[in-house]
Amino acid sequence: MNDSVEELKPQEELSEDMKVLDDLTSSEYKWGFVTDIESETAAKGLNEDVIRMISSKKNEPEWMTEWRLKAFRYWKKMEEPKWPNVHYPKIDFQDISYYSAPKKKPVLNSLDEVDPELLRTFEKLGIPLEEQKLLSGVAVDAVFDSVSVATTFKETLNEKGIIFCSISEALKEHPELIKKYLGSVVPYTDNFYAALNAAVFSDGSFVFIPKGVRCPMELSTYFRINSQETGQFERTLIIAEDDSYVSYLEGCTAPIRDTNQLHAAVVELIALENAEIKYSTVQNWYPGDKEGKGGIYNFVTKRGACRGRHSKISWTQVETGSAITWKYPSCILQGDYSVGEFYSVAVTNNYQQADTGTKMIHIGRNTKSTIVSKGISAGKSNNSYRGLVRIGKNAEGARNYTQCDSMLMGDRCGAHTFPYIEVENESAKVEHEASTSKIGEDQIFYLNQRGIGTEDAVNMIVNGFCKEVFKELPMEFAVEAQKLLAISLEGSVG
Amino acid sequence: MLSIKNLHANVEGKEILKGIDLEIKPGEVHAIMGPNGSGKSTLANVLTGNKNYEVTDGTIFFDGKNLLDMEIETRAREGMFLAFQYPIEIAGISNATFLKTAVNEMRKYRNMPELTPKEFLDKIKERAKILGLDETLISRYVNVGFSGGEKKRNEIFQMLMLEPKFVLLDETDSGLDIDALRIVSEGVNIYKNATNSFLVITHYQRLLNYIKPDFVHVLYKGKIIKSGGKELALELEEKGYDWIKEEELQTENK
Ligand SMILES: Nc1ncnc2c1ncn2[C@@H]1O[C@H](COP(=O)(O)OP(=O)(O)OP(=O)(O)O)[C@@H](O)[C@H]1O
Ligand SMILES: [Mg+2]
Repeated sequence: MNDSVEELKPQEELSEDMKVLDDLTSSEYKWGFVTDIESETAAKGLNEDVIRMISSKKNEPEWMTEWRLKAFRYWKKMEEPKWPNVHYPKIDFQDISYYSAPKKKPVLNSLDEVDPELLRTFEKLGIPLEEQKLLSGVAVDAVFDSVSVATTFKETLNEKGIIFCSISEALKEHPELIKKYLGSVVPYTDNFYAALNAAVFSDGSFVFIPKGVRCPMELSTYFRINSQETGQFERTLIIAEDDSYVSYLEGCTAPIRDTNQLHAAVVELIALENAEIKYSTVQNWYPGDKEGKGGIYNFVTKRGACRGRHSKISWTQVETGSAITWKYPSCILQGDYSVGEFYSVAVTNNYQQADTGTKMIHIGRNTKSTIVSKGISAGKSNNSYRGLVRIGKNAEGARNYTQCDSMLMGDRCGAHTFPYIEVENESAKVEHEASTSKIGEDQIFYLNQRGIGTEDAVNMIVNGFCKEVFKELPMEFAVEAQKLLAISLEGSVG
Repeated sequence: MLSIKNLHANVEGKEILKGIDLEIKPGEVHAIMGPNGSGKSTLANVLTGNKNYEVTDGTIFFDGKNLLDMEIETRAREGMFLAFQYPIEIAGISNATFLKTAVNEMRKYRNMPELTPKEFLDKIKERAKILGLDETLISRYVNVGFSGGEKKRNEIFQMLMLEPKFVLLDETDSGLDIDALRIVSEGVNIYKNATNSFLVITHYQRLLNYIKPDFVHVLYKGKIIKSGGKELALELEEKGYDWIKEEELQTENK
């Protein structure tokens, strides 16, 4: 856990004395655009010119460009983290294109052109036809594509003073908020991928809940205009002012294919006094085929700062996708009596690898954190839980409860647990429970004997195993997550 | 209903059942008694299709169909039910969800429509009442934290919900207090009719006072060494197994 909480220092200090070494190779490099009717994509490679180009394409203010450049210069001196328990071929960061304008036209003309495997999955998830089209990049009917839903939605939010838009839009409309908060929880100095993200991030969501407002609906990226194009380097920023509440849903259960193999998102949450942020994720990136080919590398930095007294941040995640997942949604519990929660289900099958967990950093007094992690491994996959609980010197009366369970299907997969506990205050109470079990043959037999087929029996047992996490998800999401689990584990027993 | 001929079965390469013949007709109640380790539960596992048990010889026909060709769940859907000696716990799944899934699987197999939530609830309430089953057990996770007796009662409750035509009771009486034994037996008796059959595994004649068997068989070292009417159970209760073992030895030596 070498990327932990040095981030609490202001980033400016750290970056100011960084000497800028101009990359000689970059001067030879000519960037340009491959323009066709459908999209604009930058040529491969990364240097300061590319970053300036991204920033100017987005009409960003000068200070934003500077921030990106600083991040880039910092990144160049960093090395990829080696500590996660995942293995993949070395990534050539100069072999990636860092800018692609949103596609203007759908790629396909009808669902007939979509991979039948994908359609079969849509079917199982019960996704409506029009939505299937949208998700697989097929042209949609004007009616469905109309922004009317989103518009009514926006009006309701506007009335309450809630801001929900893309980061790019927020940079134009509310630069002062971005300037104040962007990078304040995850500075670019934080880790390799956070630095890369800061330098090149494409877009993402911005949410601002003003003082005293309870957001009346679940905010989902789904409703954000222009959300179909999920960037390779997404950036999300959510701010909840005093006494406010918001529940945010990220992702969707439909399998998402993407030609970009590397994904490095950053999510920052800020909860002020008495504020609560609930952040739920269902992640189903393409995991690669049964031999482990293809598949997305998902290296995410998610962190929430409970800045105010009695503030609360909950992360709930259901991770079934990606070839490689590297992700530790964390909470920095600064405010006295603040609460951090992490509920996670991570499923790996075939050749998937996941190294995921959380960090709970207790700084304030009487801060409380709960960690419930359920790892399910099948096939030849590898599933690691990595969690840090740090109780600082002044965190009088801090409490943590960690429960970490792994379930194995078959005998070729692996489950690993790496708990790190650092306690600097005597009054703290830290509890840790862990278990590893094989999916019970006797349980499957029992369900079979009651007329329930093996596939359904496995789903039932697995859903039971994940119950504590699913109950934290918003109702609709929970139902979808269950179906998703079933699909991910299809054929892994019996 | 059930016709077992020359059944041999192994567990982990060791032969446990060594040639069983048994005919059970619709409406009949058969009891199987026998010392510990004689193979009674093994027989129940073989009948229900547990894959840890390998049939090496013999045939089993269930309602004229070859049982050994069927998957575990198919046997169940065909109407075979085992009340487990040691019921299994499943965390995170409520008894109600579990039962609803099972009941609907059975109905689907019989081309019947799924029960509406209301119908299901009514059925649950009615059957729970017969067994005096505490309704809170229905919303709790399957068998998790149930007392020994509650688990056994829950097995019979499942039987009443699934309406099988052939029921195996594996030591359902063990772990039940005196009142529970009577109530559970009553549940079985209410369900019993001219078309369904029972195979009751027990160590105690007491249960057979409530659930009256038409035949009693003694299983010893993987074979049925004696069969008789319900008076055989009384005799066993009184004299133990030694005299039959003796008889068996003598016939073997002849
Ligand atoms: N899964 C198994 N693995 C190994 N041995 C087994 C298994 N199941 C049964 N056996 C063995 O087979 C023999 C018969 O066991 P079984 O459970 O059928 O006896 P039983 O007649 O039901 O005994 P009890 O009255 O104690 O319930 C025993 O020696 C037992 O140890
Ligand atoms: Mg037994």
